[in-house]
Amino acid sequence: MTETRKIVIDPVTRVEGHGRVTLLLDEAHQVTEARVHIVEFRGFERFVQGRPYWEAPVLVQRLCGICPVSHHLCAAKAIDEVVGMSDETLTETARGMRRLMHYGQVLQSHALHYFYLAAPDLLLGVDSQPALRNVIGLAALDPELAKRGILIRKFGQEIIRATAGKKIHGISAVPGGIHKNLSPAERDTFFQGGEIPSVDTVIAWCSELIEHYRAYHARNRAWIDGFAHDPANCLSLVGPDGQMDLYHGNLRCIDAQGKRILDDINYHQYLDHYAEEAREWTYMKFPYLRVLGAERGWMRVGPLARINVCEGIPTPKAQAALEVFRSENGRYSHRVLHTHWARVIEMLHCAERIREWLHNPVLQGEDLVRKGGFHPVGIGFLEAPRGTLIHHYEVAESGEILKCNLIVSTTHNNESMNRSVRMVAERVLGGQRDISEGMLNQVEVAIRAYDPCLSCATHALGQMPLRVQAVQQGEVVQEWIR
Amino acid sequence: MSEVTKVGIVVDGRSIEVVEGASLVDVLRLAGIDVPTLCWTRDVDPPLGTCRVCAVRVDGREVAACTLAVRAGMQVECAAPDLAELQQGVVELLFAEGNHFCPACEKSGDCELQTMGYRMGMTHSRFPYRFESYSLDYRGQRLMLERNRCIHCKRCTDLFTDDEGHRVFCFLGKGSQTQVVMDLEREAKLSEHKCDEAVALCPVGAILRKGRGFDRPIGTRASDTPERMDR
Repeated sequence: MTETRKIVIDPVTRVEGHGRVTLLLDEAHQVTEARVHIVEFRGFERFVQGRPYWEAPVLVQRLCGICPVSHHLCAAKAIDEVVGMSDETLTETARGMRRLMHYGQVLQSHALHYFYLAAPDLLLGVDSQPALRNVIGLAALDPELAKRGILIRKFGQEIIRATAGKKIHGISAVPGGIHKNLSPAERDTFFQGGEIPSVDTVIAWCSELIEHYRAYHARNRAWIDGFAHDPANCLSLVGPDGQMDLYHGNLRCIDAQGKRILDDINYHQYLDHYAEEAREWTYMKFPYLRVLGAERGWMRVGPLARINVCEGIPTPKAQAALEVFRSENGRYSHRVLHTHWARVIEMLHCAERIREWLHNPVLQGEDLVRKGGFHPVGIGFLEAPRGTLIHHYEVAESGEILKCNLIVSTTHNNESMNRSVRMVAERVLGGQRDISEGMLNQVEVAIRAYDPCLSCATHALGQMPLRVQAVQQGEVVQEWIR
Repeated sequence: MSEVTKVGIVVDGRSIEVVEGASLVDVLRLAGIDVPTLCWTRDVDPPLGTCRVCAVRVDGREVAACTLAVRAGMQVECAAPDLAELQQGVVELLFAEGNHFCPACEKSGDCELQTMGYRMGMTHSRFPYRFESYSLDYRGQRLMLERNRCIHCKRCTDLFTDDEGHRVFCFLGKGSQTQVVMDLEREAKLSEHKCDEAVALCPVGAILRKGRGFDRPIGTRASDTPERMDR
């Protein structure tokens, strides 16, 4: 009699949103199937239809509580085009305020992920006690590190409050600009520090954080580098000179060896290059590049992809950190746990950019909004914390939104995430009859590296136990509950 | 000039002297009692009396204070807990009847219904939400109607006129099918100032300027308070 086993990890914990992993093992306990299911459905693309276009930046951001700023700004970029404007034609103050908001968002989101979601696995161990494997356990182990994590995140949130009006779900990006500038008093709180660290302190802490991860990597190189190594096509926006630009630019995609697949194309042409595949077992689609087909055209986005794609980072400390990263890991890294390293380098870049913008008097300007003629289509791209984000709207001249297409970072990473899960499951669980909680957590570690936002990706939050079932001939013969 | 007659009434056990025939809402506010109102606006005679949020008890009977003219000897109750419950119930019913999605509404922070909900400490409606689908009317040149938010207060239909004194808004249909509509020819001729006046007159976000919204920063809107600004 053959015995196959089905393992279900439900829910995947320490990710944004609600997902489930199913692993099928054959009689030799080898993994035959590994799938990340996104089991929530949000449907924003549908219920944005019929709403007024100027509402989109405020409405659509409600699909997420972690990265609403990314959706707010991406929708605003798209809607700018509906009112005849573009990032290039906005006022300097509007563009600067939006960029400052975005850097605050990426900084706080990366801090949340690194300190609250990822670091417990790294510093406490993937097979440490689950009850302690969280930010509370991290605080007990390294109080200073945990405190810095909380304060860096708070700093980013305060940047968002100053630019968007509140920390979550602000409303300042309006069609054709921004509705507020940064007052000198608001600006000075970030120089002086107090309840939040000063911007100089945040830069120093981010620099030390990179060294902290680098030292951790040196001590655990075999595990980190061997955890999941999956060469992938990498996609991101880049600035006109190929430098990292998290807010605006052209679209570049490279293959695993760095060869250009999309050579800095204008992102308005994305439909000429993109296709999406739906699979029946998940609400999340699988985007791919037409030129390579569904099998080979999948892409990785996010911090590791951006580090691979860009020629360099246009802030000095982050550029120096990038050079160290590349000297130790090669020009292109496809080791999934290097994503955390890339993420902390981006935190430093954001902090440096924030300091630059805070010193720029253009943020105290009064010229905030401009509008041109009506245009029925608006497309916005930006680099959200988790990767490339696309908002695409079609609008009637009356002002009614007729169509909305959202391709979010986690959707871009769908295939890559599934492959990493399978890779880790095969390595950790393959051939094993007895499966421990720590082994299952390693599967989750692979998912967490992508910092997936599952609620964004499917257009529920909750606390459910992790459930593992061994299924034999359709019947559950063994079950683990965490 | 008509002669003003003073009469005595009792409000929550306190005797006060008031102008006979004055609106009870005006009288109560002059006496320092902030009775809640939604459809009511100052100096409108006759009052609209549509929302019933200003419910008080007069001589043992619940009435809308805005529709009542004071007369000698009235016994008025405003402070009874059951009246606050009744007033909040009316507001909750308004939320349950429409589709009031404050997080994405242009009027948020300036919305009188939202402000009333905050003031009453409302966190949800005790009554089942109807989730009725109401239409949006994009046909206007500069104004549009978002009927999901209309509370049928009649401010726009009864109080708003264009520069020539013509009414622009009216109700169509009856009962639960009642919907606000606008005269598109007159709307097309409205001045910028008149368009803004119509938007401001609407206590909720049912009358909107097309292409505009969210143009005032959080902290500068009429109902922003420190504790509400992060909501």
